[in-house]
Amino acid sequence: MDVLKKVPVREQEAKVRATNFEEVCYGYNAEEAMEEASRCIKCKNARCMTGCPVSIRIPDFIGHVEKGEFKEAYDVISDASSLPAVCGRVCPQESQCEGVCIRGIKGEPISIGKLERFVADWARENGIKPKKNDQKNGKKVAIVGSGPAGLSCAGDLAKWGYDVTILEALHKAGGVLTYGIPEFRLPKDGVVQPEIENVKSLGVHIEPNVIVGKSITIDELLGEEGYDAVFVGSGAGLPMFMGIPGESANGVFSANEYLTRSNLMKAGEESTDTPIVHAKKAVIVGGGNVAMDAARTALRMGAETHIVYRRSEAELPARVEEVHHAKEEGIIFQLLTNPVEILVDDNGWVKGVRCIRMELGEPDASGRRRPVPVEGSEFEIEADTVIMSLGTSPNPLIPDSTKGLEISKRRCIVTDPETGRTSKEGVFAGGDAATGAATVILAMEAGRKAAKGIHEYLSNK
Amino acid sequence: MYQILKSEKLADRTWLMVIKAPWVARACQPGQFIILRVDEDGERIPLTICDYDRAEGTVTIVFQTIGVSTAKLEKLQAGDSVADFVGPLGKASDLIDEPVEELKKKKILFIAGGVGAAPVYPQVKWLHEHGVGADVIIGARTKDLILLEKEMEAVADHLYISTDDGSYGHPGVAGKVLEELAAQGTKYDHCVIIGPMIMMKFTCMTTKKLGIPTVVSMNPIMVDGTGMCGGCRLTVGGEVKFACVDGPEFDGHLVDFDQAMKRQQMYKTEEGRKMLELQEGATHHGGCGHCGGDH
Repeated sequence: MDVLKKVPVREQEAKVRATNFEEVCYGYNAEEAMEEASRCIKCKNARCMTGCPVSIRIPDFIGHVEKGEFKEAYDVISDASSLPAVCGRVCPQESQCEGVCIRGIKGEPISIGKLERFVADWARENGIKPKKNDQKNGKKVAIVGSGPAGLSCAGDLAKWGYDVTILEALHKAGGVLTYGIPEFRLPKDGVVQPEIENVKSLGVHIEPNVIVGKSITIDELLGEEGYDAVFVGSGAGLPMFMGIPGESANGVFSANEYLTRSNLMKAGEESTDTPIVHAKKAVIVGGGNVAMDAARTALRMGAETHIVYRRSEAELPARVEEVHHAKEEGIIFQLLTNPVEILVDDNGWVKGVRCIRMELGEPDASGRRRPVPVEGSEFEIEADTVIMSLGTSPNPLIPDSTKGLEISKRRCIVTDPETGRTSKEGVFAGGDAATGAATVILAMEAGRKAAKGIHEYLSNK
Repeated sequence: MYQILKSEKLADRTWLMVIKAPWVARACQPGQFIILRVDEDGERIPLTICDYDRAEGTVTIVFQTIGVSTAKLEKLQAGDSVADFVGPLGKASDLIDEPVEELKKKKILFIAGGVGAAPVYPQVKWLHEHGVGADVIIGARTKDLILLEKEMEAVADHLYISTDDGSYGHPGVAGKVLEELAAQGTKYDHCVIIGPMIMMKFTCMTTKKLGIPTVVSMNPIMVDGTGMCGGCRLTVGGEVKFACVDGPEFDGHLVDFDQAMKRQQMYKTEEGRKMLELQEGATHHGGCGHCGGDH
């Protein structure tokens, strides 16, 4: 064994997985996990912990894994995280725990994400649940949205004795874990639903089909419904479009719509009724994780798939692993390229995308070099489906229906990032609703901080 | 699960259901809609609210059997349940935000095309309950497709009926009745048109010609109904709007109906294929023009 290198993880072969929705990465088995754990030097001042948004005691759990004490390892992780099987799969570890790992200075960092995943999967397969607190404190908290922010907030509050109800707008719990991230990255029945069951086993009640802001308002929850506090984790909002000609043509979708059809509605499966377009040639516009998810979904449904992104590879916002997987599977990257028009046939359907080549100019406000069009470089890509993955703007339902809730210029809910407090008494918020589109783990961090904020607020009330 | 308390066939392929849905009934307003799913594999179907009873916690919907999901829904009877029923969604009709005194000064007309009588009804009823009068024209292809005539009669000042084939009421389309009323000197200050897109498009042309400000209710393809998917986008006055959060009601003189009608066709082939499977099961072997053969 080379201590400078990670124990390699087994994956489904690229050519095979490009035609199915099974999970790409198989994860470690017990021997591989123990071997990888033995590479950890258990730093006293563990930098990995400071890199973890939810502060998992990483050297502790890895120490247990090394000795084969997987149950103990699970207890350490579940003290800090309500969704370890999810985080082990979708966290950007390279820029968090693994990014600061001492081992990484002279070799590869410890594969912390894969170890977390192993422990969580092992616990699930062995029927181990997080510990429930039966001591109730008599206080009620309502949580808006059952995505990563809401679930982690609910998990902590339930452990501290609160009576927690999550109100979910869709028919199924999980938020982006359910409607957004595809099966091949995050299995729904295998991983997401059991994690949600774990949160429910702590005593959290989830009520689907309730739209806060429509079915009931936050003022009503705090008033006649008798909740002591409300946490808003309603997630990202309305998909953005480019505003170019042809965008309303048939065959142009937001990534949200395309992924929701595929993931939440299981469109494309024999037994389900929701339709989805089976593209022959798909163009995905954007370079984030959501763009990779949409592209890899279209590919699996049989399309020749192109990703069009206006900057260069170095600026791609998606995780390195996702880009790597997408390339392996045969997705064609058209970098430094920007759509200028969607070409439409006589029936109103997409027939192609007119693009222009870009080059990087002077750095802009974000510090990244601004892409500028190269004159005369226009060309066409044939396509019958275009998927816009350009991010989202916050959902107006809650701000529009809640008196006294301060909203930022970007229309996000204004919060104190340490406590999740908003401008309205008793109302806390976190995740994409407060920050704009970000990651699962940052939403979980915000959910945990808000749980602490709510606990302090209600303890001193 | 959400229990069906009543199921009634109103006309050919047209059904009324009363469903127990306290979360919707407590808050809904005229003009809003709901989304339901028949079963675990069902799609999310948006339907405009036809009536509601806050005390009973019930919501009334009217639907037409047009695809595989509505075909499944019509088979359900009182006592059965649907898997999901969520709402209210969309904005309430602008009329209910106007001061009643202002509304009373206006002469208001509703024009319902076919199943559009269902979403028109709660608005007329709401106005009636607030002492505001309104006239209603219900138009349909033929007599049997005129819905809610009695109910509408009870809440409308004047009710006019028209049928394309002349089998009942005024012969011709609903817009023709309006033109006749205008020719006789009746002046309307506000018009609400709800019906099939093609009917709304042409009736809006009539109200535009007559200079009557007009509102239409759009019911495009959508998935979540909360603003997340953008599938329901349409162009209104050159701007992209989402029917689920910005609507469903829009200025009828600004809606790009041609584009909206094209988008409505998006899944026609997919839906047709599913429908044929449902009707003909494994016996269907192509030739329908929808399914591309036995594949």
